[in-house]
Parts: sequence; C-alpha cells; structure tokens
Amino acid sequence: MLRYVLMRILATVPVMGVVAVFVFLMLRLAPGDPAAVIAGDYATAEDVARIREQLGLNQPIPVQFAKWIGALLQGDLGTSIFTNLPVTTLIAQRLEPTLLLALSTITFAVVVAVPLGTIAAWRAGSLLDRFVMLFSVAGFSVPVFVLGYILIYVLAMGLQWLPVQGYKSPFEDGVLAFLRHIALPTMTLSVIFIALIARMTRASVMEVLEEDYIRTARAKGQNELRVLLRHALRNAAVPIVTVIGIGIALLIGGVVVTESVYNIPGLGRLVLDAVLARDYPIIQGLILFFSFVYILINLLIDLSYTLLDPRIRY
Amino acid sequence: MATGRDTDPAALSADAKLPTRQEASLASLVLANRGVFWGGALLLVMVAIAVLGPLFTSDPMALNPIKRLKPPTGEFLFGTDFLGRDVFARVIYGARISLAVGLAVALIAISVGLVMGMIAGYVRALDAVIMRVMDGLMAIPGILLAIALISLSGATLATVIVAIVIPEIPRVVRLVRSVVLTVREEPYVEAAIAAGTRLPQILLRHILPNTIAPLIVQATYISGSAMLTESILGFLGAGIPPEIPSWGNIMSEGRTYFQISPWIIFFPGIALAFTVLAVNIVGDGLRDTLDPRIARKM
Repeated sequence: MLRYVLMRILATVPVMGVVAVFVFLMLRLAPGDPAAVIAGDYATAEDVARIREQLGLNQPIPVQFAKWIGALLQGDLGTSIFTNLPVTTLIAQRLEPTLLLALSTITFAVVVAVPLGTIAAWRAGSLLDRFVMLFSVAGFSVPVFVLGYILIYVLAMGLQWLPVQGYKSPFEDGVLAFLRHIALPTMTLSVIFIALIARMTRASVMEVLEEDYIRTARAKGQNELRVLLRHALRNAAVPIVTVIGIGIALLIGGVVVTESVYNIPGLGRLVLDAVLARDYPIIQGLILFFSFVYILINLLIDLSYTLLDPRIRY
Repeated sequence: MATGRDTDPAALSADAKLPTRQEASLASLVLANRGVFWGGALLLVMVAIAVLGPLFTSDPMALNPIKRLKPPTGEFLFGTDFLGRDVFARVIYGARISLAVGLAVALIAISVGLVMGMIAGYVRALDAVIMRVMDGLMAIPGILLAIALISLSGATLATVIVAIVIPEIPRVVRLVRSVVLTVREEPYVEAAIAAGTRLPQILLRHILPNTIAPLIVQATYISGSAMLTESILGFLGAGIPPEIPSWGNIMSEGRTYFQISPWIIFFPGIALAFTVLAVNIVGDGLRDTLDPRIARKM
C-alpha cells in the first residue's frame, strides 16, 4: 500500500515536469520576438529591451531553463512585469473568491447530480430518466456565459431575487451577502458539472444494479432506499469520484468565464487582466498553478480509491 | 501455410465480396438511430443556413448609427447592435465561422492524434515519451492554454484554430493508442505478421480501419467542444479578430449593453447552443451504433 502511494506520488513528477517544460517553451518558441509581442504594438525599443532583460530572454535557452526551473522548485512563479509583484503574491490576493466559488460549485453539483443520476438509473426509461439524459446532453451544449446571462436576465433582472454581479467576502461582508452573490455564479458553473456527474452516476449505478448482490439484498427484503444507498451507490462510487476529478479541468476553464460574467475579482479575472496587459509571467504562473492543482486533486482521488472501495488493494 | 511472402491472408478475408452490401446496411443502421437522424437533420439545416443564408440577408458589417440597439422587429428580426448592425445578418454569417472552426479543429486534431497514437501504440520506444507529453498536456486547462497561445502568437483565425486544436490532441492520441494496443494482439494481425506483411501495410490495412469508428464519434464531440471554445475565447476578447462576426465576437460586443439589449447575446447564444446540441446528439447516436462497447458504459 505505502509502496503504491509512493509510486503514485512519484508518477506525478514527470507530468508536472512536462507541464513546466511546455509552459517554458511556449514563450521561447512563439513566432517572432516574444519580448516584442509582450511589449505590444506601441512599445519603444527601450521597453522591449527592458522586458527582454526582465524575463532573461537574452540568455541562452538552457541557462534560462535552469534558472527558471530552479526558481520554480523554490515556489517562485516569477514576477509580474507591470506591477512588479511576485506572481505568488498576486495569486494569494485573488485566491479566496475562486476557491469559494469552486467549492460551492462542486458541493452544489454533487448534491444535485448524484441523487438525480441515481434515481434516473433506478427508474431507467422513466420520464425523469429521459429528462436527466436530455439535461446531460444539453448541459454540454450551452456555453457557460450564455447560461450566466440567462440566469441574470431571469433571476436578477426579471424577478430581482439576486444581485446581478459582484462578490462579497463571507469574512468581511457576512455570510448572507456572500451567499446572495455567489448563488448565481454557482448555478451557472454547476450546470456542466451536474450534466457530467449525473450522466456518470446514472451509468455506473445502472451497471451495479444488475449485480447479483443487489438481487440478493432485495430478495432478503432489504428496504429499497438502503439497497440504493448502501449497495448500489457505494459500489458505484469509484467512477463517480473519478469523473469529478476529470471535471476539475472543466471547472477551471469555467471559472475564468464565470468570473468574467459576474465581475468576480478572482484568479480567472487575474488571467484576463494579464492577457489584456500582456503580463506574460502572470499567465505562465497561473497555468502552472492551475495545472498543479489539477494534478494534485487527481492524485488525491486516485489515492482515495482504497477508502471508497475496500476491494481495491495495491 | 503455403502462402507467399506478399500474400496477406487477413486481407484476403477482408476483401470478400460483401463490403458494398455491408456498408449499405451500416449506413441505414446509423440513420435508423433517432439521435443521428434528428441531430443530423438539425445540423444540415444549420449548414444550409451557413452556406446560403448570407446570400439573402443584409450586409452583416453595414453600420446604421441611427438605428443602434433597436429591439427585434420586422425590419431587424434579431434587433441591432451598438453600431446599428443587423444582428440577424451577423448571426447567419457567424454560422459559417463556427461551423468552419468546428470542422477544421476536428479534422486537424484527429489527423495529428491519429498519427501520434499509431506511433505510440506500435513503436514501443516512443510510447512512454509520447504518452508522458500527452499526460502533461492534459493537465493544462484547455481554455487557459488556448488563451496563452493566442496572446503569444497574436489572434488570427489560424492561431485560434491551432490554439483550440492543441488541448484536444491528447484525448485522440489516447483513444487511438488504446485501439492499436488491443488490435495488435488480434489473431489476424499475428497472422499478417507471420505472413511477412510489412509494418506500414499492417498499420494501414489492419490497424487503421479499427480506429475509424471511434474516431468518427470523437470527431463529432471535438467539433462541438471546439465551437464552444471558440465562442468562449471570442467572448473573453481573446479569440478571432473582432472584425470577423463570429458568434463569440457578437456576444462579446453585446456584453456592455446586456441590461438594455439582451438580444445581442441571446440570439447568437441560442444559435450556438442548438448547433452544438445537434452535433452532440449525432455524436451520442453514432457512439451507440458504431461503438456499442463504449455505449454500454455510458
């Protein structure tokens, strides 16, 4: 077991390495002079030279890489060109809204999608099942921001139940204000996640429901709810949790868009501001940050399999 | 077996006289699927609109500042935008861009992924290298990667397509590799090897045909997600140059005026959602008929 855990942790090293190399090469192999691209169309020769100096682009590539990876291993994601602040500081400043939005989305999506998928599998072919299947296809067809605007139009502008935009911190503005402002972004971002999880829950619960031990449980007169929860859902947990991990990639992409629609000052907005300002170290740092988060979450999910399903032994 | 070196017993059996009838029945089987039929019909309508529509609408670029931000009426079915341009004409024209991007991304991603997947699946020495690179690429959130690539290389139609293609490649490579790894152990491949068939021949005649069905399914999903990504990039202001009226760009320009003129976002949004929905329904239908093995799992 310990051996497996160690092997699994070691296996993330090459993946992270590839991500780092890729992000490093992206800037250096871009067509044209990257310093000029970053400086923009109206930059003077001095601006370009300053940026080239600041990013160390005038050194040989292997030297650049060694320096860059050395700094990275010490947790240094570089320095913003325009604000001159370390990228890690900028990330720390903007982390709270994004983290809370991600957590509320995952919670909401799981709470809605798992029961929905389970009932759909239990009553396969029923009206509810068809609705779940339709929803899971439709959820993948509507762009996140269009959904956001529909929700704003109906719930915020029409019914005026919720605020249109903005973010309130639960630590500074109170939990109620936070919940009122996070509700629409959460619903928006959840839709694709609910579609994904509900579909996988339905499929894996349906498969488990055909097992002999389900028939046995029913035959001995076990109450149907317990059959579904303890026998079916529990045994269907591994694929469901796996798909949640895969969905983190969708969630990260969706966060950028959702924060932009609802004007939330999180990491997604940091990315877009950096793109507009051509502040490349920030873009680079955030790609690394998000990729490492994704790899880490999927590592944890892999390691959780033994807890979820005692039959899995390493 | 007494076959000569150049004869390939497995190919002989595949060349039996059935193919034409078999293909006909496969096509009717695919069309009999309700998803493929209705999704395909909807998609054909969208393609027809994209190809023929702009011939009948007004100029999507024509400015009419007096009639800016007008709600939908008989004159402007979808209203006008902040420069008085006809949103209906722009949405019709935008269909061309979206469908072209979807098709281009799917074709490029499948071609590149197919070659790399075949290499990874058949050349042991390169397998580990290719797959580690793909694992790394998969760990980078697609939209962020596309935004970074575009901001570095400048936004043109071509760079946007490449930027959407790159994050899609790893899944194709994985798919092709897994098919190759299963098929290479099949008796007919062993027979071909035993008969002395050369490697390119084995790859082309025995391995490649097995990848076609799953790749067609994958291609539909990729084109759907490519259209969504294009619109998201356009919406974020990091996509195709703003003078091209893609659905994403129309919606991006409508952001500021959403509270007074929501139609600028809603109409292209609905058009996009229906197009992607059609593609996804076709994809599900194709998967159910062409690849029942995966179908049972989903």
